[in-house]
Amino acid sequence: MDLKTLTYLVVFSTFALYFGIAWWARASTTSDFYVASKGVHPVLNGMATGADWMSAASFLSMAGLIAFMGYGGSVFLMGWTGGYVLLAMLLAPYLRKYGKFTVPEFIGDRFYSRTARLVAVACLIIASLTYVIGQMKGVGVAFSRFLEVKFEYGLGIGMFVVWVYAVLGGMKGITYTQIAQYCVLIFAYTVPAIFISFYLTGNPVPQLGLGSKMADGSHIYLLDKLDRIVTDLGFREYTTAVLDSKLNMFAYTLSLMIGTAGLPHVIMRFFTVPSVKAARSSAGWALVFIALLYTVAPAVAVMARLNLIHTVQPEAGQHMVYEQRPDWVKKWETTGLLKFEDKNGDGKIQYSADESRNELVKIDPDIMVLANPEMAKLPYWVIALVAAGGLAAALSTAAGLLLAISSSISHDLMKGVLTPTISERRELLASRIVMTLAILVAGYLGLDPPGFAAGTVALAFGLAAASIFPALMMGIFSKRITAKAAIAGMLAGIGVTLLYVFQHHGIMFIKGTEFLGNMDKNWFLGIDPKAFGVVGALVNFSVAFLVTRLSSEQPPERIQHLVEDIRIPSGARSALHH
Amino acid sequence: MNTNALYWRANLRLMAFCLLVWFIVSFLFGILLVEPLNAFRLGGYPLGFWFAQQGSIYSFVILIFFYSWRMNKLDRKYNVHEE
Repeated sequence: MDLKTLTYLVVFSTFALYFGIAWWARASTTSDFYVASKGVHPVLNGMATGADWMSAASFLSMAGLIAFMGYGGSVFLMGWTGGYVLLAMLLAPYLRKYGKFTVPEFIGDRFYSRTARLVAVACLIIASLTYVIGQMKGVGVAFSRFLEVKFEYGLGIGMFVVWVYAVLGGMKGITYTQIAQYCVLIFAYTVPAIFISFYLTGNPVPQLGLGSKMADGSHIYLLDKLDRIVTDLGFREYTTAVLDSKLNMFAYTLSLMIGTAGLPHVIMRFFTVPSVKAARSSAGWALVFIALLYTVAPAVAVMARLNLIHTVQPEAGQHMVYEQRPDWVKKWETTGLLKFEDKNGDGKIQYSADESRNELVKIDPDIMVLANPEMAKLPYWVIALVAAGGLAAALSTAAGLLLAISSSISHDLMKGVLTPTISERRELLASRIVMTLAILVAGYLGLDPPGFAAGTVALAFGLAAASIFPALMMGIFSKRITAKAAIAGMLAGIGVTLLYVFQHHGIMFIKGTEFLGNMDKNWFLGIDPKAFGVVGALVNFSVAFLVTRLSSEQPPERIQHLVEDIRIPSGARSALHH
Repeated sequence: MNTNALYWRANLRLMAFCLLVWFIVSFLFGILLVEPLNAFRLGGYPLGFWFAQQGSIYSFVILIFFYSWRMNKLDRKYNVHEE
């Protein structure tokens, strides 16, 4: 069977599986729809959280980025896992104890303010919508490359698939499809890695292979070999290449951590478990399942970089003859993501850090994971599996985000503020309609991304770090923070983050609207705009504390009792009927 | 001080300890002290690099389960556990 037929077969059987699960787990109440009736086993919720969290970016892009960043890429590995420690200790158990449906609902109740709830809704929608656009694009790209259908059709199929199981099943359907999607994506990610690790080092466990010696009889360690090759080519040493500066790496890692802990679609998953105890252990299980991919990724990165260099330059001094390039190179050249230019006209390809001599003029990091099985000459079914895995990663994250958006509109905006008397049946219908609309908006923006779609996932993390995380933390850990203080803090945090990001990338990422133009790039202590969430969070905390200190106002007695109550686990199950 | 307040204080102490470990394995070993640690090796891994790309993640997993296990004990000790 040829590769295309095989890929169709694998991808469409996974879709059939998701539809089957959606039918079996369809939602009939708002509690089903928003929180899967709080009956999800902590290990299963951990698995669903893994799929919810690991997006097209984790699956397709991360290893490729690390492959070219080396040690500097550690910020993603530590940042996107360390957030779960914060989530498990600082947020998840208490929010589960509170036992409501959405994140803005908690913020509105704790800060006894409708305005606070609305500010939280706005942050949630901006963060989730920018994030979901990226997933939609990922679906379109995966389809167009693997199944050779047009980008628009691929996107359309993806939208339809998400629509079926997310609208039908709500949180309940999403949870069980995410569990299936996790299995697909982790299998698809680790199988090629195991093959390649075994082939290169003789050790089938990629995490161990990365620290092993080469199997080619040279008796040198894999990492030493890569360090030597890349420095010979004039690049920085792989294992020590810092990302801009140590301070920048520090801020970047911390921003990703608190951003992760503050992302509503992740927090929401912890509303679905039956108890506070389960919420804590479920965060641990989530990280186990995430770590399975995240500890393999650095090995994939190193091995893909080595395989790539080996293709272009089999031995030092030898070069790939362009006319004899392998098939996978030709295939990727047609996508425009891989480009060669024979600058010295010798018919051979030289790879070098020196721009004037380098003839591998373009390699998009995104193709590293996708092309890796082909580079290593693995069987067709492995390549087909990678396609299904990439789609599972994008679809599962998109579904979680869409649910976060629709529940904040139907539950917080409509039920909470605009039409409080709405019946449960109508609210359920409303959330389904809102989700359909959200899919259409996300699909439209993914199809024709305006200027701001490109760098926006970073903005989602920045906003979550600067607004939602501090607000939730102060709501739980302080009894004194008042409504005014929380609102001022959130607005200041978002304001500072947006100011810095827009100053560098233009207002709403539109080119030419960068203001404060005569300032240095990354003027604040050399921190990357993508790493600025931590500064936004600090501003949020400081403003909130200052406002609380300056005013003599105290939160009402009932709020202080509420905070005391969420701090102890007993009684969480009784909050089930809400 | 009532039991709930004592329980909360014990939780905060445990949390502070866990956050300290969290900081040490990632920010200290993986970023700030990475060069001196790279002088040591773990198989083919320079040690600082290993913490940044492997060790910190394993530590995070262990930390969450450790916290969860100790909290379950505290829940019972202060009689605030769920039914």
